[in-house]
Amino acid sequence: MGALKAVWSEFIGLFVDDGSFAVAILGWLVVSWLVLPRLPLPPAVAPVILFAGLAAILVESTVRRSRVGR
Amino acid sequence: MGVDWAHAGPTVLAAFLASLVEFVEALTIVLAVGAVRGWRGALGGTGLALLALLGIVLVLGPALTRIPLDLVRTVIGTLTLLFGMRWLRKAVLRSAGVIALHDEAAAYAKETATLRGLGAKEAGALRGLGGVGAGWDRVAVRTAFNITMIEGIEVVFIVVAMGAAGGGLLVPASLGAVAALLLVAALGLVLHRPVSMIPENTLKFTVGVLLCAFGTFWAGEGMGLAWPGEDWSLLGLLAGFLAASAGAAVMCRARLAPVVAVPR
Repeated sequence: MGALKAVWSEFIGLFVDDGSFAVAILGWLVVSWLVLPRLPLPPAVAPVILFAGLAAILVESTVRRSRVGR
Repeated sequence: MGVDWAHAGPTVLAAFLASLVEFVEALTIVLAVGAVRGWRGALGGTGLALLALLGIVLVLGPALTRIPLDLVRTVIGTLTLLFGMRWLRKAVLRSAGVIALHDEAAAYAKETATLRGLGAKEAGALRGLGGVGAGWDRVAVRTAFNITMIEGIEVVFIVVAMGAAGGGLLVPASLGAVAALLLVAALGLVLHRPVSMIPENTLKFTVGVLLCAFGTFWAGEGMGLAWPGEDWSLLGLLAGFLAASAGAAVMCRARLAPVVAVPR
């Protein structure tokens, strides 16, 4: 039972480390899914916006974490 | 169904590198168990866990191929992004010195000390229960099983995700993971000490970038977005995530740099 619990918590830990980081990624994916296909954009632009949002989330989260220090 | 090996290359590489990192971490603890408690229990626990992991891949992998590919790509793309971004974030923070690098030698020393401490207490109790005396050291089996399962679950996720969302690439992804397992097992056999010469954080950085690129690609396809150049846009995503994470590491380092007082 202890082994199963450890495996389960490790499984959840695969996806969620910093809660706000995971929420930001999921939020951006939901917004992109709802909005991007409906915007009157050239087809090549929507995927770039999807990527740019994810890259911005990564940079913001790491820089915010580095403010806390070692 | 035949496999287009040129198309499967990135999948094999991602599965191989990710599995290499995880198996190196598991090997450290298995070696500690073997050195302190004996090899029978260490290898027994590891073997049991590998069988369980193989079972999960054999059940989950084919099951996912029966679900419509768009749905699989949306769900697996989202999970791969959560997983890959978490890896990449940690790799950026480690490379910038915000959090400590993973040290296999230190992990080995810590586990060895813990197991020696357990030796006196639990071995006595287990002898009373017929544990050690019966031939199998339960502490060794349990510890080796747990660590192999814990690290192996990440490998299973990557293999199943790459295999299912890539569209019939379960075999190439599994081969990548098996190749990593064989390499780490051979290194463990030869060295008999933790594999500390593998640049773990560089590997994590690379795998994080690969997983983020694949995750974004699949999530975008699941949303119905049209990637310019189709599969070739993966290269653009790789370059983009590499640039973003390298930039993030530079910014983090700059924030951590000590403030030097300038004498007047």
